[in-house]
Amino acid sequence: MSWLLSPGASTYARDIDAIYYLILVITGLAFVIVEVGLIWFLFAYRSRPGRKARYTHGNNTAEVIWTAIPAVVVVMIGIMSGSVWTHIKGHDSVPADAIPIGMEARQFEWHVTYPGADGELGTDDDFTVRNQLHIPVGRPVVLHLVADDVIHSFFVPAFRVKQDAVPGMSIPVWFEATTPGQYEIACAELCGLGHYRMRGMVTVHEPEAYEQWVREASTTVAAAR
Amino acid sequence: MTTPRAGTAAPHVGDLHPHDAVHDHEPSFLRKYIFATDHKIIGIQFLIMSLAFLLVGGALAMMIRWQLGYPGQAMPGGTVLPETMAPGGVIAPEFYNSLVTMHGTFMVFFAIMPLLVGVFGNYLIPLKIGAPDMAFPRLNMASFWIAVPAGIIMIFGFFAEGGHAGAGWTAYAPLSASPEHSGVSLGQQLWCVSLIVLGLSSILGATNYITTIINMRAPGMTWFRLPLSIWALFVTAVLVLLAIPILSGAVIMLLFDQTIGTHFFLRAGEPLLWQHLFWYFGHPEVYILILPAFGMVSDIIANGSRKPIFGYNSMVFAILAIAFLGWIVWGHHMFQSGMNPTLGTSFMISTMLIAVPSAIKVFNWLGTLWQGNIRFTVPMLHACAFVSMFVIGGLSGVFMASTPVDIFIHDTYFIVAHLHYVLFGGSLFAIFAGITYWYPKMFGRMMSRRWGLIHFWLTFVAYNLVFFPMHNLGLGGHMRRIYDPNQYEFLQPLQGLNEMISISAFVLFTAQLIFAANFILSWFKGEKAPMNPWEDNSLEWTVPSPPPHGNFAATPVVYRGPYEYSSPEVEQDFLPQTLRLPTDRPPAAASAGD
Repeated sequence: MSWLLSPGASTYARDIDAIYYLILVITGLAFVIVEVGLIWFLFAYRSRPGRKARYTHGNNTAEVIWTAIPAVVVVMIGIMSGSVWTHIKGHDSVPADAIPIGMEARQFEWHVTYPGADGELGTDDDFTVRNQLHIPVGRPVVLHLVADDVIHSFFVPAFRVKQDAVPGMSIPVWFEATTPGQYEIACAELCGLGHYRMRGMVTVHEPEAYEQWVREASTTVAAAR
Repeated sequence: MTTPRAGTAAPHVGDLHPHDAVHDHEPSFLRKYIFATDHKIIGIQFLIMSLAFLLVGGALAMMIRWQLGYPGQAMPGGTVLPETMAPGGVIAPEFYNSLVTMHGTFMVFFAIMPLLVGVFGNYLIPLKIGAPDMAFPRLNMASFWIAVPAGIIMIFGFFAEGGHAGAGWTAYAPLSASPEHSGVSLGQQLWCVSLIVLGLSSILGATNYITTIINMRAPGMTWFRLPLSIWALFVTAVLVLLAIPILSGAVIMLLFDQTIGTHFFLRAGEPLLWQHLFWYFGHPEVYILILPAFGMVSDIIANGSRKPIFGYNSMVFAILAIAFLGWIVWGHHMFQSGMNPTLGTSFMISTMLIAVPSAIKVFNWLGTLWQGNIRFTVPMLHACAFVSMFVIGGLSGVFMASTPVDIFIHDTYFIVAHLHYVLFGGSLFAIFAGITYWYPKMFGRMMSRRWGLIHFWLTFVAYNLVFFPMHNLGLGGHMRRIYDPNQYEFLQPLQGLNEMISISAFVLFTAQLIFAANFILSWFKGEKAPMNPWEDNSLEWTVPSPPPHGNFAATPVVYRGPYEYSSPEVEQDFLPQTLRLPTDRPPAAASAGD
């Protein structure tokens, strides 16, 4: 029953978490004020014999105050959110040095295509593995997310990344891992009968270990061809 | 003047001998209770139908909760289900998908929407505006008798080969449109047909409400003397009339994709088009499901506080503002869909702005309670619960309106918590408030207060134990609509919470059976209801409980708004709209009706 988020493992996780905690504090405050006020009124103004309620139809000053304050607060939240959003998902947000990786979602698995030695997708040395995403720590990667059959959604809770994969669209999704380790990939959009087990794994390596993994994996896949 | 309409079976108000007229035209049982044109009977018919579907939707939720609390274990009594649904009593994954789909579908389209719009729209509008019936009583009858087959078709889907629709109540294409990917064809088609038929029913109803409210208000019932429930139902009817055809069109296209080989929403077409159409309907639909609740709660809180509603004009403008903003926020359901991210920013701002009229409403309810003389009737308790729960639903909405935070919580249980705080904590508590408030008028008998209190407190506590921890599930990353969360390591620590939620859900469901028993038993055994048990000012409380066919013996004349409680002008703490004080002048005869 925690309102704290689990530790983030990507660069922008802390930006998202900061906005989350800001909203948590603001809405928490509003929640307490309103609920305490409600309970207080219900107690203080409970019916008692011989009393008559105050006859009033309202108060314009009060209306202006409780219209203006929420308006200012939500627009402020909106503006702060907007800049983080643009940084993460905006059109030009993908860092130039991001490693391109192909990510194809299909019922009910993730097909990950690596660029191979030349660092470019769509060339002969590309290789594909199932449900295993390997990335280096401290360097951005960009997934070119596509779907083969129905809509899926690529979700790595630890990275605070989620993006639907839509048939007929290729959507760039970038992130930069900050902590080596293994993290689960989940499908977040109902995609059919096996939706609940459409699970993958991200392994975040130290840079040298990543290079080594790419070499080994490309030879293994080439040998299997 | 109210104008009697052609085709109205009701005796015309103002007739010299209204009683004779009633006896002369005493309709047969079939005409009176089955194919009724009386708006009150139709309202009660909708009430019985939608409470039955509420029970069905609840039963489906219990199966969902069983699977999530005890994944893979045989459900008690589960062996009565066919092997295709629950082999050996264990819920199958494809059946689980149908369960979440149909729980949402039944609750939204066949329970909450007809309860708010069909029941209270029909029952309250003519009575509260001083009209003998709806403008088009036969269309009204058709509206009910079209809704019934829609429900039957929807239920038939469970028995279709391949199982019922399983693409979620939002039916995202291409999954919903391509049987080769979902394994469901007939079930999804029946889902489409049922919603198309139901849409027709809603459109007939909405047309009727709008016409009636514009044309048939009693003399003196000006727009700004309307009860807020009527304002809310009027605006809701406009939303229904504009939004439902969009759903119908989209669903027809979806049906074509499945049956005659079109590709509107398939890969060769535009999968996102479905989402745009669905949510362009779907967000106004959200307000269709809450505005009537706002209205009824305003009526009940003013009555329970014995005070005029605080800021009547602000309340009306807030309803209008929400209804307008409801049309320009649909994209907030699609932040992570692949929609242009710049659009995401503009939809975020319009969505955030909805907090403003919502806050106005909450503060005005608090203002109404302030310095009141509050009577804790059962409906008043439900109305206060509505306010406190709607606040939570409204505040949690700010999280997902924020595009970056939504990246994390989209499609998680945080959303499930939010939508249930609005639809159950909001709409359903308001519905309980409304039913317990108007039950004496509808059936001429009082519901048991003792069992009403037991139902209220059990529901209030169990409800919060079910849905509040879902926020925390969502913050733990728990996705929606997954059959077995234990597939994921990061979700396994949440299993204890899931089990606790399930147990609370079983208690919550059981508590509703108390309400059902109270509802049925009070109908036969309840204490006889007086004409005005809550000492309310509105017009329906000036006629007998239940009101006769044609409602008013003579057209009522209205002298003031409906919220004149504790007025210094009279000794008692309420002042009915029709009571003529020495200072009141009668309205010009033709002022209101035209």
